[in-house]
Formats: sequence, C-alpha cells, structure tokens
Amino acid sequence: MMELVCPAGTPASLRAAVDAGAHSIYCGFADDTNARNFPGLNFSREELASGIAYAKSKGAKVLVAINTFPTAGNEDLWHRAVADAEKAGAHAVILADLGLIAHAAERHPGLRRHLSVQAAAANPDIINFYAETFDVKRVVLPRVLSVQEIAAINREIDVETEVFVFGGLCVMAEGRCSLSSFITGRSPNMNGVCSPASHVTYAEEDQELAAKLGGYTIHRAAKGTPAPYPTLCKGCFKVGSRTGYVFEDPASLDASELLPALSTAGVTALKIEGRQRSRAYVAQVVRNFRAAVEALEQGRPVPAGMLAQLTEGQSATAGAYNKIWR
Amino acid sequence: MTAPAFQTAADKAIPQIPAALALGLRLAPSLPAEHLLTHLARRILAKHSGLLSRLGPYRHCRFALSASDVPLSFCLDLSQNPLAITVHASPPEADARITGKLAALIGLVHGVWDGDALFFSRDLTVEGDTSAALALRNAIDDAELDLGAEVAALTGPLAGPTARLISLAETLTGVPFTRSGAVR
Repeated sequence: MMELVCPAGTPASLRAAVDAGAHSIYCGFADDTNARNFPGLNFSREELASGIAYAKSKGAKVLVAINTFPTAGNEDLWHRAVADAEKAGAHAVILADLGLIAHAAERHPGLRRHLSVQAAAANPDIINFYAETFDVKRVVLPRVLSVQEIAAINREIDVETEVFVFGGLCVMAEGRCSLSSFITGRSPNMNGVCSPASHVTYAEEDQELAAKLGGYTIHRAAKGTPAPYPTLCKGCFKVGSRTGYVFEDPASLDASELLPALSTAGVTALKIEGRQRSRAYVAQVVRNFRAAVEALEQGRPVPAGMLAQLTEGQSATAGAYNKIWR
Repeated sequence: MTAPAFQTAADKAIPQIPAALALGLRLAPSLPAEHLLTHLARRILAKHSGLLSRLGPYRHCRFALSASDVPLSFCLDLSQNPLAITVHASPPEADARITGKLAALIGLVHGVWDGDALFFSRDLTVEGDTSAALALRNAIDDAELDLGAEVAALTGPLAGPTARLISLAETLTGVPFTRSGAVR
C-alpha cells in the first residue's frame, strides 16, 4: 500500500491523523526551523516526544520537518532541532538545506533523512547526488512535475519518492520563491512563513472583501464569492485592460483521481498538505485518503468526488500532474 | 461501478440559532451571563494551561467573538489577570474579531468544522490582527475542549440532568454544544 504522509500542526491534529489512519505524520518545532512557523502552531520538545509515543503505539511513524534554511551564525538552532528530533524518536527528519543535510549525515548517521520539497530537487541528477553524497532515503518532489516526468525520474533513481496529493498548491520553485520576502520581508525559506498572518488584513470596501498583504490589496472578493488568503502568487491583478490571476488561480491541489497513475509511476508515499489546518480538516482528509489507498491496494475504484469545501478558493486542480502545455 | 463519493465538510451544514433562542439570549441579563462565562473560561484555562503558552505573544490580547445570528458579541479579555468575558449588543473594541453564526463559533471549538474552510466559504470573517485570531484558533483547536461538559460540571450535583438538557438542546437546534455532539 502507498504510504499516507499526513500533516499535524498541533498534538491534537497528530492524534487525529493517527486515529484517522495516517501511516506517517509530519510536524515541526515551534520556531524558525520549519516551513509552517505559524502563530499557535507546532510542537515543543515534550509535545513531540508524547506525539511520537502515541503514533508508535498505533503503528504510525513521525517525520520531523526541519526544512528552512539556517541563517549564517545561527546554525545551532537547526542543529539542535535535528539532535532533538532524533532524541525524541523521530522516524526521519525532512531537510532542505545542503549544509544541514551534511551536518545530519555526519553527526546523526542513524537518523533517516528525507529531502524536503523546499530543496526543489526535480531531476534524477540532483536526486542521485543527494542519495549518493548524504544517503538521503526519500525525496519529496516539487509540485511542478507531470506523472510521466515522475515515472521517468523514478526509473533513474534508487530512492523513494513522495508527492503531494491534496491541499495548498505552491507552483513556484519551492525554496527559491522570493515573492513573500519581496512584499513582507519574511519568507517560507528563511522564516517558515509565506505571506505571514502578521502582515495580512481584511477590510470591507465598497461591499467587497479586500484581502491585503503588507498593506497592498492582493484580491477583492465580491459578496458570495470565496474569500482568498492574500498570497502574491494567487493575487488578482490588473494587467493592461484585463483583470485576472497573473500567476496562479487560488485553487488547491487534489490528485485523488491520479492515485493509480502515481502508483504505476513508482511513487512510494502520498503527502497531504495542511499543517496549518484544524484537527477536523486533518481527520476528514486523512480518513478519505486512507479509504482511497486501501481501495487502490485491493483493486477497487478510488472513491470519486472531492473535499471541495475544505479547499482554498473552494476549487481544486490536479496541478502539474496532468499538465498539457508541453 | 461508481465508487462512493468522498465525504465533504458540507455534510454538516451550519445551523441557524432558532429565533426564540436568539431572542432569549439577547434578553438574558448580561451581568449574570458575564459572571458565568468568566467563571467558565477561568476554569477552562486552569485545566488547559497549554492554551496560554500556545497563544504565545497573543496571550494578553482582547478577542471579540461575534455571533451574527443572535446577534451578540463576547469579548474575551486576556489583558486582564485573571481573564474576563463581557457581553455586548454590538462588537466591542478588540485586537481581533471573529464573526460567524453561533453554531460555527461553538463548532470550531469542538472540531466540527475547519476554520480555514469556514473562512474561505465566508461563513467566518476575521478583522483586526489576523495573527492573533489564528493563534487563538490554533490554541483552541489543540485544547480539544468540551464546552457542554464544562457547563454541566459547573452545576455540581445537577451535572447529570444538565448534561441531558444540553444534549436535548443539541438535538433540537443542531448546534454542537458538546464534543460528543460534534461527532454525532
């Protein structure tokens, strides 16, 4: 059966994911070391240890995301995070920074290493480099590849691949995107926050909901239309005489119908995005995807239909997996 | 063969508070209500110390929670020590304000609905400090509170009958007043 890797932003969400049938749960510490450094989220050292004990008692594994890029002179925060994840009994750490991966390989050789999507490793050469140099066991692929490209990569590498199948969709070169930094001075790469809530405001203007980031209006939603979260990449802009989404529509990823194709392409694990979402969301999505991977394993049709109410913009896309523009 | 559809959040529509109940809540004397809610909130905070630490830098904020279908607003004032809750006919000054149907606000506490999903569908609105609102949402989500059980416990020897009364209210209104109601 393909492994279901599920998000947990809080201990309650971790337990909800485990109870709903997650094979693995990924989470992070409450500091700059993980790419979901949101207010009120994440784990203390004690909470991580308790969460891992709970997951293990139910046969699930915990992966710790330490996937931001350390700042010069402050490496100790990231080094301690790796050491503490190992001490707490994590199954693996999910890393993005080359220097931190080298550190983990050298100082914590017994701790399994996964390559974060933040490393944007999207071809066999770079994946084989990480595998051969740092003994990385699994690569989380960026959300820019088609199923055919994933299959082609899997034929040329010896490590496991993990792909996103549901949740927020980032189409930028992950770990390289500077849009959030450009407008707020803070980024997922360095601070663990894309379009941080501290820079987000909403205002009713002319009977529309104006969503602002860093003081700039990124989107206006008319009454009765879905509310957006103001990220620059999903903003609605005027270009010449046209108004529209210049970079990307505010839709979420839903690749549930592609699970058979992803399995055939050699994918090991399916990742659900959403550490910032509630335990209700986690339980609902995990339960549905667990039923889907079990159906696939038993040769039954994967349940159709979607969790549209839960998605950003309340619409979903298969993203690049089905891309037809090449 | 058609496979069964995935479950959706829309399976649980957000109920409107019945007009009679809304009127009753509006007409209820605010002083005893504030006393009861403050006592309840302090009791919850004493039992769930993690709530404050999860709020981090927002642990001294004032949060306004506005029930649009009553309509009434509650101000959770953490700038006071110990905290206090006040009831208002119109939204009070606060660092962050969350507005939605009363059932949505209570359902969020009990894990019935996902806050982001309610926000995307505009069943919830957020004003003021978005960060503070997010921190509160995440802290409460992690605490796995049961407001109905807490209210019942407040009544001491009458806890059993009170719990049954709350359960009946849940059945009649569809509002998830308890965590068990959330999964019913």
